Amino acid sequence: MSSDLVVHGAEWTVKELFVYPNEFIYWSIQIVMYPYMTGLVAGAFVLSSLYHVFGQKDLKEIAQFSLVFSLALLPVAALPLLLHLQQPMRAMEPLLTPHFTSAIAAFGIVFSTYGLIVLSEIWFVYRGYFVAQVHALRDQPGLGNRIRRLVYRGLTLGAYDVSEDAIAVDHKAAKILAGVGIPVACFLHGYAGFIFGSVKANALWMSPLMPVIFIMSAVVSGIALCMLTYIVIMEWQAFRNRRRGGGTQASEIRGAEADVIAKSTRYLLGFLVAAISLEILDLIFRGYTAMKSWDILRSVMFKTDFIKIFVLQYTLGNLVPFILLILPGRTIKRTVVALLLVLFGVFMMRWNVVIGGQAFSLSFDGFMHYHIPIVPHSVETFKEGLFGALTVISMPFILFWIINKFVPSLDRDIETG
Amino acid sequence: MKTHVLRPLWVAIALVALILIARMFVVPDDFGVHGDSFTYNYYRLSNVQEWKDFPAKYTSEKRCRRCHDENAGLLQESKHARLRCQNCHGPGAGHPKEIETLPINATREHCLRCHHRLAYPSSQRGDLPGIDGAKHKKNKECRKCHDPHHPDLEDM
Amino acid sequence: MSCSRRDFLKNTVAGAAAAAMPACSVILRTPDEAKAMTEGSKVRWAFLVDTEKCVGCGLCVDACKTENEIPYEAPVSRTWVERYVVTRDGKTRVDSPNAGRDGFITGEIRGEEIDPEDIDKAFFVPKLCNQCDNPPCVQVCPVGATYQTEDGVVLVDREWCIGCGYCVMACPYGVRFFHPVHKTAEKCNFCYHRITDGKEAACVQACPFEARRMGNLRDPEDPVTKVITNERVQVLKDEYGTKPHVFYLGLDEKVR
Repeated sequence: MSSDLVVHGAEWTVKELFVYPNEFIYWSIQIVMYPYMTGLVAGAFVLSSLYHVFGQKDLKEIAQFSLVFSLALLPVAALPLLLHLQQPMRAMEPLLTPHFTSAIAAFGIVFSTYGLIVLSEIWFVYRGYFVAQVHALRDQPGLGNRIRRLVYRGLTLGAYDVSEDAIAVDHKAAKILAGVGIPVACFLHGYAGFIFGSVKANALWMSPLMPVIFIMSAVVSGIALCMLTYIVIMEWQAFRNRRRGGGTQASEIRGAEADVIAKSTRYLLGFLVAAISLEILDLIFRGYTAMKSWDILRSVMFKTDFIKIFVLQYTLGNLVPFILLILPGRTIKRTVVALLLVLFGVFMMRWNVVIGGQAFSLSFDGFMHYHIPIVPHSVETFKEGLFGALTVISMPFILFWIINKFVPSLDRDIETG
Repeated sequence: MKTHVLRPLWVAIALVALILIARMFVVPDDFGVHGDSFTYNYYRLSNVQEWKDFPAKYTSEKRCRRCHDENAGLLQESKHARLRCQNCHGPGAGHPKEIETLPINATREHCLRCHHRLAYPSSQRGDLPGIDGAKHKKNKECRKCHDPHHPDLEDM
Repeated sequence: MSCSRRDFLKNTVAGAAAAAMPACSVILRTPDEAKAMTEGSKVRWAFLVDTEKCVGCGLCVDACKTENEIPYEAPVSRTWVERYVVTRDGKTRVDSPNAGRDGFITGEIRGEEIDPEDIDKAFFVPKLCNQCDNPPCVQVCPVGATYQTEDGVVLVDREWCIGCGYCVMACPYGVRFFHPVHKTAEKCNFCYHRITDGKEAACVQACPFEARRMGNLRDPEDPVTKVITNERVQVLKDEYGTKPHVFYLGLDEKVR
């Protein structure tokens, strides 16, 4: 076959026994990344809302951070979808001619709505800060400062009123948006589950529990990533402070941090239990009802994908971190390990759903194995390979770094809403 | 300054307006529901005609017979009467104007499609005259001995 | 694109309405109009496969690839032929090498030679798009790039398809794939350009054994329609509620 004539999927699919000729693993690593990243967005937002809506005061710091972080994650949730399209130049079409009977058509609309809510909330939280910056940078010399001031002026949207009344209004608006945001965030991710759950042709995906499972594990992964990033950044700042000789301040950070972490951990565990219970329920139900597809599903779950599902996902990704977090005398180090495992577990869950759902043929008589392209030799093997996935993973951190330059979410001296 | 709360909303409305304006310019005029169901009949109408205009490659047998009556007649009288000209001679579109001679598929493998013996019960394949492709006159083109237009073993 | 001001305004309103509540566009038609639309179509294409007659020559697949410009060497095809060999030990072996394009010119199935003595039954089953009445592939297209024509054939708009693959996933029959050249979703369309022009579909014309036939279900005098209405026919995977319109004679329960 000539190099310019590549059948999508043929490069990373290995077939075993009888598989229909046109079947390949069409949805590969990027579609694993898509619900994973969307889940992180939704989870980060829910964590921030715990403070903004439910007034969990001790979560204030991580809430502020996770709100801004969820903004950094937001464009990255759309990136995998863009990368997996065969016609990426037509990516805007779902917004132009949305076919609402398709779960994907809702993506553009739900995603944009959610993006606007997050942006608005951040605007209300940080408006006071933007105005202050505009004033502070007024007489600063240098081109950099002038550009910064211009950016801040744009960010205020022309609303310079920072009277107590106006700030109070900001607070109230932010709270309402955070409240509205929770169902929208859940919807954003729930429908990602719906995309899979509603595919009646796929025996593994088709389940009404799928959206709920996706939301639960989304919140788990979102909280875990926020906690982890928060710990890493705080530790880094403490480390820097120690080097500068500010010993007392370092211990202070440590104390505040431990409180936040303890509280977030409780929520994490709650959602983790909910997610696992639902997944196990789904599994038991499939086994008990033993429909036509159960034979092939069983051989995928208990034979070909046993390690991925039961060892990597359930044991290493769920059970071990659960024990690590619940045992008394938890240290920051142990928490970090547990959080990493939780993130890995949720990733494996996405993998086992997306790739696992394509691991067997529609003929129920054969298997397909996915060999992720490591070294790219074409645009397609880059996009749908290891490096494509790494690009997606690293993007939120780069974006956060840029956004944080204008919207300092980690500075606790700043008075925000 | 009381209504600064609504400013993000104006931005949102501006974005929606932008998409709706873009929609008017980018979406073809004939895109819409052409039928009784939004679920199944939401599409660009002119695409139906585009598919109808897709060029056909295989022509009618009648057209073949107009010039090649002799061979076609011979075939029709033979045990191969069920075969169509273009099964072996390939698609006839453009012949004879653009493509003077059609490439004939006279390979062994082409004959073996039917005549490799597969004694399958409950399939008519087992009833066709067949040979073991791996043993019978290996590597030889079938038509060296058998005339595809008149494949009668008695006349050999 | 030429666009008069009136059209422009009309489109604006229509566009805004469509964007706001597309499902309602169905209701906007008067009942008479809707009736005229469903009854107006005098054609509903259907396919009839007689598995008893198929000998697995694969000339249909060969012709289809040429007719529909599917790269000949690509491992994908709009139609394919499966071979089923059921042996005495109760095992069923299935294969479709090269989608059946080159026929079945060896008794081997995936490198395994089977003793003819051990075979209980063996047969060939041609597969193609079922042109479902409730096509799940059309339902899930996010942009309206695949649709059902009024004569029941499901087409793909190559100019509008974004290549998300949702339709490929939604089809229970595995008939869809990505065209290696156009990079858009691809599937059998009953040779729409041929059947609407009074010709036979390429696979139907190529089949020497009349195992593949096509007809119009709205015409009671159509010979294929008569077979479908008067004889015992079967469809594939009807449990998905897709209402397939490729009917099979002599379909075995082993067929996937």
